Amino acid sequence: MRIRPWHVLIFIIFLTIGSAWIALPGTTLDVGGIKENVTVHEGLDLQGGVQVLLEANPPEGQTVDKDTLNGTRNTIERRVNGLGVSEPLIQTRGDNQIIVELPGIEDPEEAVRVVQQTALLEIIDPQGQFLPEGSLVTTSLGGPESLNPVATPDLGTPANGASPVASPIASPVAEVTTTPTGPVYTTIISGKDIDDAFITTNALGQQVVGFRLKGSAADDFFKFTSENIGRPMSIVLDKQVISSPSINGAISDQGIIEGMSAQEVSNLVIQLKAGALSVPLEVVQSRTVGPTLGADSIDKSLIAGGVGLGIVCLFMIIYYRLPGVLSVIALLIYTTVTFALFKLIPVTLTLAGIAGFILSIGMAVDANILIFARLKEELRTGKSLAPAIEAGFDHAWPSIRDSNISSMITAAILYWFGRYTGASIITGFALTLFVGVAVSMFSAITVTRTFLRLMIGAGIGSHRKWFGVEDLPVAAAPSAAD
Amino acid sequence: MEHLASRRKLWYTISLIAIVPGVLSLIFFGLKLGIDFTGGTLWELQFNQSVQSEQIKEVLARGGFDDSVVQLSSDKGLDNNVAIIRIKELKESSDQKKAIEADFTSSIGPFTELQISTVGSSVGNEIRNRAILAVFIASIGILLYIAYAFRNTQNPVLYGLCALAAMLHDVLLVLGVFSILGEVADVEIDALFVTAILTVIGFSVHDTIVVFDRIRENLARKAAPEFEEVVNYSLAQTIVRSVNTSITVVFTLLALYLFGGESTKYFVLALLIGVVSGTYSSIFNASQLLVSWENGEIQRFFRRSGGSSGTRSVATSR
Repeated sequence: MRIRPWHVLIFIIFLTIGSAWIALPGTTLDVGGIKENVTVHEGLDLQGGVQVLLEANPPEGQTVDKDTLNGTRNTIERRVNGLGVSEPLIQTRGDNQIIVELPGIEDPEEAVRVVQQTALLEIIDPQGQFLPEGSLVTTSLGGPESLNPVATPDLGTPANGASPVASPIASPVAEVTTTPTGPVYTTIISGKDIDDAFITTNALGQQVVGFRLKGSAADDFFKFTSENIGRPMSIVLDKQVISSPSINGAISDQGIIEGMSAQEVSNLVIQLKAGALSVPLEVVQSRTVGPTLGADSIDKSLIAGGVGLGIVCLFMIIYYRLPGVLSVIALLIYTTVTFALFKLIPVTLTLAGIAGFILSIGMAVDANILIFARLKEELRTGKSLAPAIEAGFDHAWPSIRDSNISSMITAAILYWFGRYTGASIITGFALTLFVGVAVSMFSAITVTRTFLRLMIGAGIGSHRKWFGVEDLPVAAAPSAAD
Repeated sequence: MEHLASRRKLWYTISLIAIVPGVLSLIFFGLKLGIDFTGGTLWELQFNQSVQSEQIKEVLARGGFDDSVVQLSSDKGLDNNVAIIRIKELKESSDQKKAIEADFTSSIGPFTELQISTVGSSVGNEIRNRAILAVFIASIGILLYIAYAFRNTQNPVLYGLCALAAMLHDVLLVLGVFSILGEVADVEIDALFVTAILTVIGFSVHDTIVVFDRIRENLARKAAPEFEEVVNYSLAQTIVRSVNTSITVVFTLLALYLFGGESTKYFVLALLIGVVSGTYSSIFNASQLLVSWENGEIQRFFRRSGGSSGTRSVATSR
């Protein structure tokens, strides 16, 4: 069965209706809840949020291997899930970096803190002393210099403002502001011995961290606590003492950590559940966008898009007349399908991405213009409508193909560039451009051509004037459909 | 209209005039690099009242940043209530940042943080290198693709080179304009600008290919005896279409520039300049260069000797 224009038209109609249905905002006309997961993925600059680039900062002498990096990435992912961010982005980059994007998060500073802290919890034997809160200790698992500078209390950046990426390997003492020379305390249990952590309340009704230990560690803890009743134990986080409670009785597998604010409690629970980071991380690049900036921009972009689309349509109709009208319809279909694709793939929409989309609307018309220009020429050579249309397409196709492919090459390179500069803003633009160009090729070839062919069949538009071509001066006036 | 290629000396001159100021600015002033390339922190705060840069700078100095650049802008009906701060690296969620924020609130007033971007200096270098690499790869990639697409002409690489030269013209023009803007209006280059440049490259070539395509077709049909005439003829045929394509893109970009969000204004401006320039260069540069080469003018220009003219036979496609 030959594929006739009518078949293609029906396909196009279904495609358009389907796309329009997807493109409609929210869950309008949701059938069977399918549309729930199909939403516009807004980028950082539209809904606000934070994006950080973390670099592994291993202590002197250690290197970061792929497994460690992936393990760290997974730990971060667990923490981010604990924060309840929708559509986070966590990926490794190169051999020692991790990109974390948290769109729409309400408290970006806290989130970065939760994600980036090493969060190594230890309970140590302070040898009978009540260690003051906030003091730095060296434990059997290492001292403060085994964690990056941020683990130590931040007393200001070094005077010359040098980026700490000038590695601590070179001068650990310069980064750590206080290097305690002191006893090495034995670590009884550490974070990896914790089976589960949760928020609970203590006898005074305050929010505290509850934890449960795993098997053998519970035994060690029991032994330690029963031998030290009445003496203190110190709870240390990232080499900093957070509390030093007395041991009132032997504890085997459950305990609480108190003395922190509610926010700190919930942060620590997230970190304990996810696990400590196996290698210290440092923030080398970050970008936080407040939500107000985004909301404003969306409105403006919508207006700009509407105005742009409107002007282009007007121009096409005025200059190209009947084919212009057809191309406007094709353009509207193009816009709908492309937008639906953005929702489906999904493509994260950023301001630049919207700009790319609007740009591609202008470029989508390009293919149509090429075809019409050829069409006019073919008509002027005296061909009748049907052969002129076919000839027009055949001649225009190489140009369309070659020029759009070069745009796609550029988009691909842009995508690569964006990936490696950790900017979803750029990758978003590249993707919208790529998808836009691809769909516009399809739209011109399929949609516009089908419309034109159908026009012939229906006998409409048989007058050359409708195509902006003067009637032939000679008696051989072409008939409608040859 | 019929002798576009014949007047090529005129077009070369116009192009040079357009580019020279920009290039001079590039040489003497360079580009104003944003934190994406230099590293540092860009911090945008919106206060509920008017502020003065001295106030902001004082707070920053107390917080440990003696060296700060503060720009003021206005938003939401107030005058000078948005501070755009550029300082050396300030870590997000650090105690230092909290201290400075508290200082702002107590000494000036409440504010909303519109955005903060921090780039470590090593990352900045990395971005810069990637940007240069990306532009380089894009150019080579396109050169190869054009050479491939035009493989059945006598000199496919020539087409690629001429397209590349036209593209270079466009990129230089945009860079030049932004160098001047950087000097005069403190407009910075960021990673998004690189995106604009790459897009301009793509679009410039897009347009050039369509023109070349017509030339190739007319060569095959032997539309005219002389190469130069074939190009003239092709240009006359395509100029209307070329301009129309660009007009539609310019419309959409103009809409974006006038009605779109603030943060992409300069991005869109770069695209606008690039697109207009791209259309101009496809018609008035790329094609003319083809003719110049075929007529041996370029070889003569480089040889600077009256000697062998080195003219080749008129290009015909196989």
